[in-house]
Amino acid sequence: MANTAITPTRMVLNQLKGRLKTARRGHKLLKDKRDELMRQFMDVVRRNKELRTKVEEGLTAAFASQQVASAIMSPEMLEQALLYPRQSVELEMSFKNIMSVNVPRYRFQTKNNDPTEIYPYGFAQTSGELDDALEKLDLVFRDMLELAEVEKTMQLLAEEIEKTRRRVNALEYVMIPELEGNIKYISMKLEENENATKVRLLKVKEMVLQDAHHYKQ
Amino acid sequence: MGFKALGLETYPAACAQEASHILRTLTREHDDYAIIYIEENLAAEMSHEIDRFKDSPTPAIILIPGREGSLGLGQNALRSAVERAVGTNILGD
Repeated sequence: MANTAITPTRMVLNQLKGRLKTARRGHKLLKDKRDELMRQFMDVVRRNKELRTKVEEGLTAAFASQQVASAIMSPEMLEQALLYPRQSVELEMSFKNIMSVNVPRYRFQTKNNDPTEIYPYGFAQTSGELDDALEKLDLVFRDMLELAEVEKTMQLLAEEIEKTRRRVNALEYVMIPELEGNIKYISMKLEENENATKVRLLKVKEMVLQDAHHYKQ
Repeated sequence: MGFKALGLETYPAACAQEASHILRTLTREHDDYAIIYIEENLAAEMSHEIDRFKDSPTPAIILIPGREGSLGLGQNALRSAVERAVGTNILGD
């Protein structure tokens, strides 16, 4: 594991120790971030599942009503009835920050607050089934909006979790072991050098003594 | 068609090609659409177009069941997001 390209000096050792400390702290922080993101994500997923089922059911019912309406009314009449909407929706979007992920929040405002305003036609020439279909659609629309918000949040969170998980793993299984290996390599090399110096000194001492006193151990 | 009465803007598309063309114009030329709903049966053939927007905050592209009822694509999106985040499907379905 130890990278042979590193120079075994004290300066590099200190640098590596600093980096290891930072890496450890980063790893801990990212791990916490991942866990919290995961918790939020599971909440969002649960909500999404709920809404998805609700919206799908609601839409199916609405379409069924519309089908009935189109069976009763002529296609031209139906088209004419729905041709020009009386209602209009303004969507306001803001962002909410979940663990540094910006997720959208939607707030919608209808131009007319009167709930009967969704029917853009006179009641004389249209069938009641059409009213029924539109009412169902209007109800399901609110859920659809929330579904959009939740689903986008889910996608963005999923992306962020994936990224964070990769980082955590990279730190845990690559960066930190590599740094530890390098530190070990350097400290062993330094120790070896130290031993070598000690032995050399002993040897020199012996030689000097022998030179001065013709002293032999 | 009913959505128009609710005040939404609708863009009819007969096939997936047309739909992806509309999607491209909507997202490129005016970026003031926050949510785009697409029917599942159209979305099935243009999934790569839709996936491009998965990681950007806007627009949110949401699949809704069409006239034929749910195809399960919306549920699929949920499952794939979970798989992406967790690494495995933990929802148990």
